[in-house]
Amino acid sequence: MNFSEVFKQTNQLCKVSPDGKYLATCVQYRLVVRDVSTLQILQLYTCLDQVSHMEWSSDSLFILCAMYNRGLVQVWSLEQPDWHCKIDEGSIGLVSSRWSPDGRHILNTTEFHLRVTVWSLCTKAVSYIKHPKACQKAVDFSRDGRYLALAERRDCKDYVCVFVCDDWHLLRHFETETQDLAGLEWSPNGCVLAVWDSCLEYKVLLYSLDGRLLSTYSAYEWSLGVKSVSWSPSSQFLAIGSYDEKVRILNHITWKKIAQFEHPAILDSTKATVYKEVEKRPAVGSDEMSLHSITIGTTLFNTQSKYEISPLPVQIPVVKPDPDRANPKIGISALAFSSDSRYLATKNDNMATAVWVWDMQKMSLQAVLEQTSAVRCFQWDPLRPRLALCTGNAKLYLWSPGGCVSVQVPAEGGFQVQSLNWHCSGDSVILLGKEQLCLCYMDTDQEDK
Amino acid sequence: MGEWWTTETSMENYEISSISHVTMSPSRRNNLVSMYSFPFSKSSYSELSAFCIEDNIPQCISYINQELASLGLSSTCIEAISPGGTGLSTVPALNAMYELLQIHRRNMCNLEELEREHLRKSSTLEHVQMSNTRLKDQLELSIREKSGLHETERQLQLKIKTLQSCLKTEKDEVQKLQSVIASRASQYSHDAKRKEREAVKLKERLSQLLVDRKDKKLAIDVLNCLGRADGKRRHWKTTKATSSHENEMYKSLLSDYEASQRSLMLENAELKKVLQQMKKEMMHILSPRQPSIRGATADESQEQADLDGEKGGDTSRESLDQYCEHAREQLTNSIRQQWRKLRNHVERLDSQASQAQNQLESKEVIPRETHEDEMERMRCEVQQCKEFIHAQQQLLQQQLNTSFDDETAALLNDCYTLEEKERLKEEWKLFEEQKRNFERERKNFTEAAIRLGREKKAFEEDRASWLKNQFLNMTPFRHRRRCSSSDGQSALSIRSEPEIRMSSVNGQLAKSSTYTTFSTPRPSRSAPVPSTTELYRTLRLIPDSSSSRHSNRGRWPECSNIEDGETRVRPTNGLRPGDMSIFSLGEDENSLT
Repeated sequence: MNFSEVFKQTNQLCKVSPDGKYLATCVQYRLVVRDVSTLQILQLYTCLDQVSHMEWSSDSLFILCAMYNRGLVQVWSLEQPDWHCKIDEGSIGLVSSRWSPDGRHILNTTEFHLRVTVWSLCTKAVSYIKHPKACQKAVDFSRDGRYLALAERRDCKDYVCVFVCDDWHLLRHFETETQDLAGLEWSPNGCVLAVWDSCLEYKVLLYSLDGRLLSTYSAYEWSLGVKSVSWSPSSQFLAIGSYDEKVRILNHITWKKIAQFEHPAILDSTKATVYKEVEKRPAVGSDEMSLHSITIGTTLFNTQSKYEISPLPVQIPVVKPDPDRANPKIGISALAFSSDSRYLATKNDNMATAVWVWDMQKMSLQAVLEQTSAVRCFQWDPLRPRLALCTGNAKLYLWSPGGCVSVQVPAEGGFQVQSLNWHCSGDSVILLGKEQLCLCYMDTDQEDK
Repeated sequence: MGEWWTTETSMENYEISSISHVTMSPSRRNNLVSMYSFPFSKSSYSELSAFCIEDNIPQCISYINQELASLGLSSTCIEAISPGGTGLSTVPALNAMYELLQIHRRNMCNLEELEREHLRKSSTLEHVQMSNTRLKDQLELSIREKSGLHETERQLQLKIKTLQSCLKTEKDEVQKLQSVIASRASQYSHDAKRKEREAVKLKERLSQLLVDRKDKKLAIDVLNCLGRADGKRRHWKTTKATSSHENEMYKSLLSDYEASQRSLMLENAELKKVLQQMKKEMMHILSPRQPSIRGATADESQEQADLDGEKGGDTSRESLDQYCEHAREQLTNSIRQQWRKLRNHVERLDSQASQAQNQLESKEVIPRETHEDEMERMRCEVQQCKEFIHAQQQLLQQQLNTSFDDETAALLNDCYTLEEKERLKEEWKLFEEQKRNFERERKNFTEAAIRLGREKKAFEEDRASWLKNQFLNMTPFRHRRRCSSSDGQSALSIRSEPEIRMSSVNGQLAKSSTYTTFSTPRPSRSAPVPSTTELYRTLRLIPDSSSSRHSNRGRWPECSNIEDGETRVRPTNGLRPGDMSIFSLGEDENSLT
């Protein structure tokens, strides 16, 4: 496993182009585009202010840089460096900006969610979508980029608008049976739209593309409900994480629950492997110094850690949430299916140090990774069943069905991994620190063995 | 003798009681003393206070007579010797006195008895009173307890009442809270809606204001417009376009449904294949075992019905390839039927297995032991008989030798020989009887052996068929059966082992064993069946085991002694009766042991 040198970045703005060739990073008001393989700077653009959001267009030709506090969006072309585009939302403000799937339109959401402005780069045309809902996930494009689903709030009722992205034609507009819609998400095959209610009510609704209600699912009443929702890449399963610390899996034929994954604090009778991260201070022995003479600086400052398989029963540390505060730190906040839909990784908020990996074939717990500190971020390899996670220290953790490994990032000056992104080829991971970034190249040869 | 003792003791008792009685009531004793002392102290009395003085003798006499008459002693009348004289005619006076004394004694006796009675009564009274007070105490205690319990019950009931009221209030509270929550929720939602409406209004106003201001800043500044990603020109929004969108949407939906249908069909086909295979295998399993089971089990009629059902299943299988609703139904039905059959079969097998287990237990464990016992007994008896014959032959030879040796002794022996003959005759009779017994038992044994062989054969057949079935069915109770079969094998091997040992031992121990068992009574059938080793030990036929070896060591010198004695006896022919006595003594000894 190799690591690149460390580069600067701000706001954790660092994205690889969809074709995997370029790496764009923002350093305050500058946008730097590098070649992924050589890491040489290809282009350098200067924005008008510090960038708050940056996004590649789907064809990897344009980069969008949004400056929310100025209400500005600047678009840069990779092929024509002197081409420029600037969108000014004016005094109405800007809270969110994104590309449309075709890479020729920009959707800006104004402050107070007054409207969504759709700017066309082809015709300079502007169109408005009124009454967008301010919620967890109000906008979602289908995977093939043909449809846009948008949550709408009118007369204290929730609606869903389905647009054809081609010409922004309103295809369907229907009212949903929700009290307070919290989010919507297309199934990966783009035929089913999952809509869920706010956490006050456990309600998941499934709509067909043509606006028919396919099914309604509610696991329980009264207590806090859905916290996170995720489709499996095969569109076969819909995983719903909720505040009762459980994940429920719905199937795509009857839309009924087929499995329920609980996250108990004490694991005693399970076939799952429990990996526990064990930290140990490096012994300051002379031989070790000589062996790792190059990395003395890092080894001295950082503790080493490794995984141990802990015998059952295992007690996972639980933090009891404060009942008086809103948005209690309890329940399943993160769900992610592996690319082959074989595994599901979950994180329970009141057991912040643990990541749970479930086997979707056996519908059982496969592994539990108990870290020494709270898990910040985890992401699946886009091609292989391999999970990368970080806990805000100088280590990268990897899980695969074969086992678990903890890798020290050999960067100087207290590089702490706050978040990570896989390269689309699965050969490297971009590790993002507070103001730095670093690429980690996986050993492909070893992987093949 | 005993009677005399008892009377004496009773007399003593009487005395004692009288003494105790006397000591117990001193006042009365005083009275008695005074009464008794009265006549003796008569002289000391003054004449004035005396009853009779010289002058009033006749009056006294008449008075006494009157008194006596009133007492019913009119027959004896005290008379003066001479009228007016002082002397009394002694005979009536004494008679009267005697009578009086008698009466007095009787009265005294009565008095005593009554007193005793009184004493007893008083003691019982006391006892009764005591028990009465005790009972009263108890009563009081129980009453107190009862009242205490009543009190606690009352308290508990009170508590229950308060708890019930508490519960009621709690329930009310819960209801109230629920209603509060509901009202608050409705209030909240109402307020939220109001706020939302206000917010919407504000937003409208804001956007209106922003539009009215003609915000100059709101603009897009592009160097030159881009072409579409797909290179096409932008379409006009027409009805045609909308319909094409609809079409596309439905097309995509349709394709999705088709894909899902295809996958479902594939899955269905897969499942059908599995079902078919399962059915085939089930039939395969079910069909070949039918005859054997039919032979073994009693419920042939049910079996027949099952077979019929299977035939029905066969026809359904033929029509299985047609994917029509009817065929599918038939398929599932036949599968269900066969599954039921299989289940029944498995259950039956299970019961059979348990039965077989029982049979094995009854057939193998108990009969084996009895057979072995029988065999042992038979062998022993054979040995006994042989020994018997041998001994008799020896004796006969001895007799012959001695008769040839000494002429005079022969004469002397004649009487012995007669006796010997008598004894021999008796023993021959005994021997004959034993031989008969032996013959009978041998016959029994052979019969038993034949029966055992037959049973074993049946069992082997049973086992073979069962094993076959088991192999075909792979039922879960396989190892149980295997255990039992291995049991049988081990039993057989065990049985063959002692036979070999017996034959090897027989030669060595022929004499001693027969000697010991010569006159031991045959073990009765009614006695509890001993184990093989135990039997061997009692018969001293096991030289291998340590305990039996000890016993043998203990025994062998004995028998060698006897042999020595016999050989020692041989030259001294004059001591034949002694020899005989030795023999008989040994016999007695054995019979005792």
